[in-house]
Amino acid sequence: MGGHVVLGVLARGLIGAIGLIAAATAAFAAEPVDIAIGYLGRAAVPQTLSPLDQPAADDGVAGARLAIEDNNTTGKFLNQRFTLLDRRVKDDEEAAQAANELAAKTGFILADLPADALLKVADGLRGRGITLLNVGATDDRLREQDCRANVIHVAPTRSMLADGLAQYLVWKQWKRWLLVTGSHDNDKLFADALRRAATRFGAKIVEERSFEDTGGARRTDSGVTLIQRQMPVFTQKAAAYDVLVAADESEVFANYLPYRTWDARPVAGSAGLRPTSWDPSQDQWGATQLQNRFMKLALRRMDALDMQAWMAVRMVGEAASRTNSGDAKAMADYLKSPNFTIAAFKGTRLSLRDWNLQLRQPILLADGRMIVSVSPQEGFLHQVSELDTLGVDRPETKCKLQ
Amino acid sequence: MRKLRDQLPKRAPLAASLLAAALCLPPIAPASAFVAFVSNEKGNTVSVIDTDSWTVTKTIKVGQRPRGIAYTRDGKFVMVAVGDDDTIQVIDAKKLEIVDTLPSGPDPELFAQDAAGKTLYVANENDNTVTVLDLEKRIRIGDVQVGVEPEGMMLSPDGKILICTSETTNMAHFIDTATRKIVANVLVDARPRYAEFKSDGSELWVSAEIGGTVSIIDPAKREVTGKIKFAIPGLRSEAIQPVGISLTKDGKTGFVALGPANRVAVVDGTTHEVKKYLLVGQRVWHMEFTPDEKYLLATNGVSNDVSVIDVAAQKVIKTIQVGELPWGITIAQP
Repeated sequence: MGGHVVLGVLARGLIGAIGLIAAATAAFAAEPVDIAIGYLGRAAVPQTLSPLDQPAADDGVAGARLAIEDNNTTGKFLNQRFTLLDRRVKDDEEAAQAANELAAKTGFILADLPADALLKVADGLRGRGITLLNVGATDDRLREQDCRANVIHVAPTRSMLADGLAQYLVWKQWKRWLLVTGSHDNDKLFADALRRAATRFGAKIVEERSFEDTGGARRTDSGVTLIQRQMPVFTQKAAAYDVLVAADESEVFANYLPYRTWDARPVAGSAGLRPTSWDPSQDQWGATQLQNRFMKLALRRMDALDMQAWMAVRMVGEAASRTNSGDAKAMADYLKSPNFTIAAFKGTRLSLRDWNLQLRQPILLADGRMIVSVSPQEGFLHQVSELDTLGVDRPETKCKLQ
Repeated sequence: MRKLRDQLPKRAPLAASLLAAALCLPPIAPASAFVAFVSNEKGNTVSVIDTDSWTVTKTIKVGQRPRGIAYTRDGKFVMVAVGDDDTIQVIDAKKLEIVDTLPSGPDPELFAQDAAGKTLYVANENDNTVTVLDLEKRIRIGDVQVGVEPEGMMLSPDGKILICTSETTNMAHFIDTATRKIVANVLVDARPRYAEFKSDGSELWVSAEIGGTVSIIDPAKREVTGKIKFAIPGLRSEAIQPVGISLTKDGKTGFVALGPANRVAVVDGTTHEVKKYLLVGQRVWHMEFTPDEKYLLATNGVSNDVSVIDVAAQKVIKTIQVGELPWGITIAQP
């Protein structure tokens, strides 16, 4: 079974490559311009509470592969050929080394790495004319006090995600929040972003609780019996609230909350209504075709990390076609210029914030079945771009690009 | 279905591109009323509008997700691409019911027909292909591999070149209709959706929905010679998303539908300057002139209505409620 899939993919790649060479030979006498793009990803796959949320082994890189195919479809008309160099790493040490090796072969490296590992890689590659495209880390500090001139951020920040959610909750008049935060650092960072969003958009956190991770397996033979007893008690006697907002990036408790809160209240944040850059159910603005292409390639639907990688590779492809060049410097200059915009099936054009190289983008609100809404919400205005109502704006930034 | 199919004349020349339909109709007596067919993308219906009374006279149930729609050259039938059913349905323009289907290839969206009424070119968004159909034999006679997500389809007035826009490749592909080979690729701004020639073939206009521009292309040199940009006070630029384009036969005036900007831009066809913005309904998609060019009808996707524009006065004079999420439109004599 697995062998067949691999063979199928190989065969498809071969046929694609032959077709491409044939097309290029027919149209051009010259050899195509080769543009390699690196992908630096994590070897380990995180555990999730719901088996439906369990990422596939090719999570992220599958999106990059699809964008390589899309770039090559365009590339055959421009005599450009794109390839992907995929590397998986276990720790910071390995990441820096793999980045070094990739840097010898390509000017663009997608990175799905934790914040510290990403900074180490970025600083290791400084001055070598390499552009990193951050597709995984949502940490605001990477775009603020720890920003780097050689890193473009395709993934949204926690503050963009929190603001996208907050705008909708405020529009819905669910302004009284019960905030429940997990005990890990990333959970606390997301809670910070949610607190900031509440203040920004006029919601009120009426009470905060924290959920300690005391360890334990995510799945047990005894099933949900215990959870059904724990969660109502955990949410009992809260101050009057409209919506429970959970900050649990670590997948410890948030998905246990819907339908189990003491009061009959909706859940949002890390479970229930979730802010995200993309969702397998997204099919608006022509995304049906993208999802269909992705399904053909990866035998599943596209999630947020896949989409962030797709956008990053498409950005490189866009730079190559607009500059009609495979020169890494010319392409990077184009991406950082005010001329750069890109279409990504989100109903509006995306562009880069020039002060910290963060991709502006709408935030989808998904309930796991459907897209409930897309932020920015109507009425949240901005003098430059309404997308800048999401996340840290120019006047507040701590970033000094260097 | 077989029975219905038999009612359709076997040799009937089917289909016409929107432009060809407008160009090739005989001179019209001024008093005539016309009939407009509007595809409603979400409603899975086609609304029939009488342009005399400006009312919907009938709503026809069609297949899943109807979008591209056009009268046949003889005016007897209306073809509508129902993308999610992977086919093009044929509506009898008199009986106002579906009488046939065409083998369009997967997910047809927009299509164009040659001058002889023999060949139909269909954009198949899902597999980066333009499908070529023989309308008499009802068979697929070829395909052309184009860029990612082909959408806009338009034949040059002399029929020698087919333009196909691809939304993610951001190109207008020039396809030689004799050899069915791509002869040129012109890069335009992001997400090109619609292409329209001036009737004398001197200019090709291509709208870029996400790029927010209309590229003016010299069809002889096959290069972009100018760009129409739009600016509406009080509206952020991301909301300006050009889609449908309609040009008067004399080439002097162009109308560009600006999507969620809820406006149609009136553009000087010679200088390419934007003269005026007409406020229409929400998310305006496509437009079509009445054959006498007195009126231009525009579909408004989100507000579920059609705006009627008086072409000479450059004013919106009427709004007609239609089905859910109107998208495409075609108009001819009853």
